[in-house]
Amino acid sequence: MIRKFLYSQKVAPYVFVLPFILVFLIFWVYPLGSSLGMSFQQIQLGQEAEWVGISNYDKLLGDGIFMKAVLNSAVYMVLTLVILIPLPMLFAVLINHKFMWGREFFKSSFFFPALTSVVVAGTIFRLMFGEMEGSLINSILGWFGIEPVKFLKGQVTGFIALLALAAWRWTGVNMLYFLSGLKNIPDEYYEAASIDGASSFQKFMKITMPLLKPTTIYVITISIYAGLAMFIESMMLWNGNNSPKNIGLTIVGYLYRQGIERNNLGYAAAVGIVLLAITMVINLSQLTLSGMFKKEE
Amino acid sequence: MIKKWFVGFLVLAMTMLWGCGGSNNAGGTSSVIDGGAGEDATELSYWTFVELHGQHFEKMLGKWNQDNPDRQIKLNVTVMPYDDMHNKLSIAVQSGTGAPDIADIELGKFPDFLSGTPQLVPLNDVIDPYRDTIVQSRVDLYSKDDVNYGVPTHVGASVAFYNTEILEEVGVDYKEIVTWEDFKRAGMKVYEQTGKYMGTADTSASWQASMLLAQQGADYTDEAGNPQVNSEAMIRAMTVLKDLQDNQVIATIAGGQPDTEEAYGEFNAGNYVSAFMPLWQMSRYTNYMPDLSGKIAIAPIPVIEEGMPRSVGGGGTGTVITQTAKDIQLAKDFLAFAKLSLDANKEIWNTLGFDPVNMDVWEMKEVTHNPENAFVQYFVNNPFDVLNEIRDEIQLIKSTPATPTINNILSTTTYNEIFEDGKDITQALNDAQQQIEQELK
Repeated sequence: MIRKFLYSQKVAPYVFVLPFILVFLIFWVYPLGSSLGMSFQQIQLGQEAEWVGISNYDKLLGDGIFMKAVLNSAVYMVLTLVILIPLPMLFAVLINHKFMWGREFFKSSFFFPALTSVVVAGTIFRLMFGEMEGSLINSILGWFGIEPVKFLKGQVTGFIALLALAAWRWTGVNMLYFLSGLKNIPDEYYEAASIDGASSFQKFMKITMPLLKPTTIYVITISIYAGLAMFIESMMLWNGNNSPKNIGLTIVGYLYRQGIERNNLGYAAAVGIVLLAITMVINLSQLTLSGMFKKEE
Repeated sequence: MIKKWFVGFLVLAMTMLWGCGGSNNAGGTSSVIDGGAGEDATELSYWTFVELHGQHFEKMLGKWNQDNPDRQIKLNVTVMPYDDMHNKLSIAVQSGTGAPDIADIELGKFPDFLSGTPQLVPLNDVIDPYRDTIVQSRVDLYSKDDVNYGVPTHVGASVAFYNTEILEEVGVDYKEIVTWEDFKRAGMKVYEQTGKYMGTADTSASWQASMLLAQQGADYTDEAGNPQVNSEAMIRAMTVLKDLQDNQVIATIAGGQPDTEEAYGEFNAGNYVSAFMPLWQMSRYTNYMPDLSGKIAIAPIPVIEEGMPRSVGGGGTGTVITQTAKDIQLAKDFLAFAKLSLDANKEIWNTLGFDPVNMDVWEMKEVTHNPENAFVQYFVNNPFDVLNEIRDEIQLIKSTPATPTINNILSTTTYNEIFEDGKDITQALNDAQQQIEQELK
């Protein structure tokens, strides 16, 4: 009986996916449902929750700091896309080139930052971008006769530091994605193109780019989540969740501030639901536009 | 069709996975101190965000174990960073698991722990025997509806710290600085002759604002505890500071206020002459600014008009006992002994350099003027000479449920707008008031 059950072609697949389904239900669907419920409540841990309807969402709409956090996260996401898609792709193509020397060295040195802890990296970047004359970046600026800049106190300069950290940390990871994508492109295509007299640029535009599309879509998709959900980088760069004038506050940072620091879990849950909604809308429309949902031909 | 479903599913799954990525893994350092306790001592756990507080408890623990052989204690001390400790404690206390027996809570965070029904143990019965000897207002800070939930550590009287070396260089006597006008004149002289700043314009903390409010008998909140950060008094306070900044007397400092690592470096290098801080800043000098030994004098803070009160209690740590503590009575008795007894108050000065809440100690010359004491050795004059001069002028800034929000808005946004961006003071304070009201809705 048991054997028959296990050997059944209909049942077996379900048995195999069961662990994933269970993990998904317990750790993802349940918390999601419970956050959704919490976002309609006034909750302070250890005390009775109280249903308050949509008042958390209503409050969010008029909350300038939340809007600031959404704006910060959105700008950060867009700028990381602008930096962290083309550059790693370019580096991948260069490293993959047959005349490239020291390939393994570049691969590992680009990837190395991803292995360091954000805590350490954030602290070092904070010191590098310190406002004192003696900090690394300000001493470099000093050689060119530029006055010391208070990097972490200004919106634009703060974002420069944040993006420098992101670029330093993630270029290598994205580059590896592109490298593995490039390995899947058969050399024959390039040879054929060479015979037809195509230039390197033409080969890149007509062969590399289109065939890398699935990888690019994947990298864009994960970069969108990563950008919108960024939190630790900002927390470490500003040595806490409270950057001056909230220039480094992100959506998750605000969720943390309200939920953990303020013990206002219902409101924080509403912030989380809004983050989920924003991310889903952006990603699903991005995937639709790039044709991921089209039927395979 | 399956594929569409699958991709959507994947996106949902990954979105949530990324959302969960924000855990902060700073475990802190733990050590068990036994204070000569025997085998069957009860082990109590204690969380703090100030390493030095552990040293004080270590001393008091030795005495306790000697005096109470049948109720001996081992203390497991965990030191964590400020934000981290309060966040962890808040979750542990409210969820009822994982909390330590004893914990330090900083004044600015205390109201969050008092919201609703506090999950802390009332301490009135162990505080009562000492009530007449200690400053009542410091206990009130950690109380709700006359129930005391925290034991205070110090008075935290605000004073001025002057670098006498630089002042002598330009011929300024700090003893003659009484009002902010005097301070301004001295500061302009310092800047003209040395290019150094007389003081700091704090952007990440409210110490200075509290001092200036207290001088005018004002507060961040009204009688009912509602925020009023755009009051006349607050505008006047900011105007005084802004005027000093405009005249190159004070300037913003890296780190945003004197009690930060970056600022210790700036002070140690002699780039800023004075700091206005609660008395506990003394321990920062002895620990982090060794080059200034023998150069720093303590004095009352300048006032707007002569005759105004010259000090305010600043900061503070309430030590609490959680409801999940192993042996509540033992923890309570030990806590009272370790922080409120006469011995404890003497040790709070000896080890920590704080102004103890038992003001009788302030007059015990053999304690306060002990030449062996590291603080007595470090500073030009004896801090208690100043403390005793201002003892009746120490004002109090109320701690209300709105306080954490007010602090957060002012010291992340408002002070930065005023001192870094030069935003109009009234406008900045009105914006702050509006944001605070919005958050407290």
